[in-house]
Amino acid sequence: MPLPIPPILSYALRRLIQSIPVVILIMIGTFLLLKLAPGDTVDALVGDMGGADAAFIERLRAEYGLDQPVWVQLWRYMVKLASFDFGWSFVYEQPVATVLLDRLGNTLLLMATSLSLAFTIGVALGAIAARRVYSLTDNVISTLGLIFYATPSFFLSLMMMLVFSVKLGWLPVGGIKTIAGFYTGWDHVLDVARHLVMPTAALSLIYLSFYLRLMRASVLEVADLDYVRTAKAKGAGEARLMFHHIMRNALLPVVTLLGLQFSTVLGGSVVVETIFTLPGLGQLAYQSVVQRDMNTLMGIIFLCAIIVVIVNFVTDLLYARLDSRIELK
Amino acid sequence: MVKTTKGLRLVLASSIAAGVLGGAVFAQEEPKYGGTAVIHMVSEQRILNPALRASTGVYNISGKIVEPLIDKSYDGYEPVLATEWTGSDDGLTITVKLREGVKWHDGADFTCEDVSFTAMEMWKKLLNYSSTLQQNLESVDCPDPHTAVFNYSKPMPLELFVAAMPDLGHPMPKHLYEGTDILKNEYNTAPVGTGPFKFVEYERGQYVLAVKNEDYWREGYPYLDRIVWRFIKDRSAAAAALEAGEVHESGFIGVSMADIERLSNDDRFTVGTKGYENNVAHSTLEFNHRNPILADLKVRQAMYHALNIEDAIQTIMRGFAKPGRGPVPSAGGENYTDDVKTYDFDPDLAMKMLDEAGYPVKDDGFRFKLRHRPAPWGEYTQLWAEYYAQSMKAIGIDVEILTNDAPGFLNGVYRDHDFDTANGWHQFRSDPAVSTMVWLRSGSPVGTPWTNQFGWQSDEIDNMIDAAASELDPEKRASMYHEIQRRAMEELPVIFAIEHPFISVTSKKLKNHHNTPRWNSSSWYDLWLDE
Repeated sequence: MPLPIPPILSYALRRLIQSIPVVILIMIGTFLLLKLAPGDTVDALVGDMGGADAAFIERLRAEYGLDQPVWVQLWRYMVKLASFDFGWSFVYEQPVATVLLDRLGNTLLLMATSLSLAFTIGVALGAIAARRVYSLTDNVISTLGLIFYATPSFFLSLMMMLVFSVKLGWLPVGGIKTIAGFYTGWDHVLDVARHLVMPTAALSLIYLSFYLRLMRASVLEVADLDYVRTAKAKGAGEARLMFHHIMRNALLPVVTLLGLQFSTVLGGSVVVETIFTLPGLGQLAYQSVVQRDMNTLMGIIFLCAIIVVIVNFVTDLLYARLDSRIELK
Repeated sequence: MVKTTKGLRLVLASSIAAGVLGGAVFAQEEPKYGGTAVIHMVSEQRILNPALRASTGVYNISGKIVEPLIDKSYDGYEPVLATEWTGSDDGLTITVKLREGVKWHDGADFTCEDVSFTAMEMWKKLLNYSSTLQQNLESVDCPDPHTAVFNYSKPMPLELFVAAMPDLGHPMPKHLYEGTDILKNEYNTAPVGTGPFKFVEYERGQYVLAVKNEDYWREGYPYLDRIVWRFIKDRSAAAAALEAGEVHESGFIGVSMADIERLSNDDRFTVGTKGYENNVAHSTLEFNHRNPILADLKVRQAMYHALNIEDAIQTIMRGFAKPGRGPVPSAGGENYTDDVKTYDFDPDLAMKMLDEAGYPVKDDGFRFKLRHRPAPWGEYTQLWAEYYAQSMKAIGIDVEILTNDAPGFLNGVYRDHDFDTANGWHQFRSDPAVSTMVWLRSGSPVGTPWTNQFGWQSDEIDNMIDAAASELDPEKRASMYHEIQRRAMEELPVIFAIEHPFISVTSKKLKNHHNTPRWNSSSWYDLWLDE
């Protein structure tokens, strides 16, 4: 008699199978959309070079396979992708997989630290503001949240740079490490951390305001429900009320937002990575669009699609953990 | 009989000058050894092989690692890996003597075999601009390891060959390229050269690092221990890096014009155009002559009269420019003339000329409408487009600006011809035959950027351009280019509105900077840091 498959495994398998056509459609759609944009990577290359003769341009196009019809290019790309071959980046003159792997770590580090900070502090401040609603504390927190929400990340980044790098000289202007510093071990870790302070702060402050506002509204709503009032009548203290009764339910919409925002943080990192010269996927995506580096851009989109699928899956698991009424079917 | 140029004399002259001037410099400021110069660059470079990519961005980095046969100084052309160059009377042979005792960074000897291989396999076949220049190159013989004989099927003016060498004459090591797929060779992004600095690493999206070549052939050089090129796309962030002391130089107008103006008043920096005399460019106004309105010379001349070039130079370029005088800039030496027709700012005359041309102001307040594509390179290019649009509005021409990115612009203008007017900046590369004449010469295949894709054609000008390119007598050649310049200013196929070098912001801690007319592309063997 075959062993019964645990529900979570069967759920994961089903989600995996469902996600394959989604990713394929994303890749085909993106490829065709990118082909609609005027110009190709040879145009961008020639633009960078300040000119080239016709024979040179023709030879490069043939070399890159850009002289073929779009459907031939698409078919070739998808066949390669099926074996996880992302192709060659004609901009970076390296395999796309190498280019992506070089950048992936930096972006994940930036995203993970920014989102963790934004989520933790945003949730905490939102809860505090809600429990002291319309007080001075609430007003200060809400106003700060509104300011961060309304401030564009490029402006915040440049202002931080002006204050902490130019005026005070505390933090480096950009990059991920001290060039020619040759640090190793903990010194290297501290060096990278120092370079990440401003980009992380710039990225997390905006998202922090989202969580703060949503958490405040959610706590206010949940705190008014019957079961909370009952718990209070039964003599539950503030701490027990918050952590056992309110937070767990108030967190549900915030966790949904966290899952949804994983992909938007990747978008937000484009600006922050570009300003702080942080070599991540965001900066790479921007460069790839400008340079019409199709293979690299497709690789980034593939990676993002996979990350979003995984994060959505994890969000669903968290949902089930937070609310026992939700079952994984 | 063989004509000898001043190559050998220059070796002696420059050695003497180095001694005399060097003495003078030492008397004032003793150069210091050591230190890391950090240089800002806006764009990353795909490859770092100057024998495959003719681009100032590539030279800015690889020029310190890979050396050309000949470079340009303020005294003229100076020997680098070549020591002497001569041309035969019929122009079919150019003989180049090569420097002895020079080694590649991997320890191999630099010989004629390297020059011959690079010339035939890269300069002739693969290098932009050079593949046209060297199309008649048939072979490069090596009678001995330090003599290279260039054989041409049609006359090649020695002056043109020499003028092209600083940009288009970098030999690469044959032993690292022969038998490989040249375009995918690993050394294209990790160059091995003979220069004062050795390539160490290229961290994509961040920096390129090079260190001192301890075995450099110029004894006692270089001074610096390291050079780091940092890629900072955001111009405001680059200005902040300069002010924070993290970057020592930003060239090629790498920060915004507003920051350039602000930093020019900061005692910590030198701001200026010195060192770009060989890299001047024109801000242009290009016409699509397929549009019957713009095919009318009177309309083009009227539009020129409506442009206040002096005011544009002050407001857009902050005074770091001068009015253009045709396709050859004043940096073109003997090939340049300012004896050309000019167009004073006179909007009333412009409106009168448009009325006479049959384009009166209509009920909507405009005479006609033009779709304009500005090139996306450089903040000043966008500003020049807006300045042009406002100037045209003042004389009743409605200009709609179509903003696009680089591939969009190149396709819209040079392939699809989907524009009425366009503007960009076009760089002069030492000799009119290498660069600027392509804006006037007809016959370029559709889609070739920065060529005459404007629908303008003149058999006479075409013949003059072809004749000048192979004329061996320098004086005759110069007079031909003067005539082409005069004709271009009369017929206005393109308005070469503003001639401008690039602008650098340099920390005063850097010494011996911008001391050649193509400094950012040169080797920086004598650059030092006072820290």
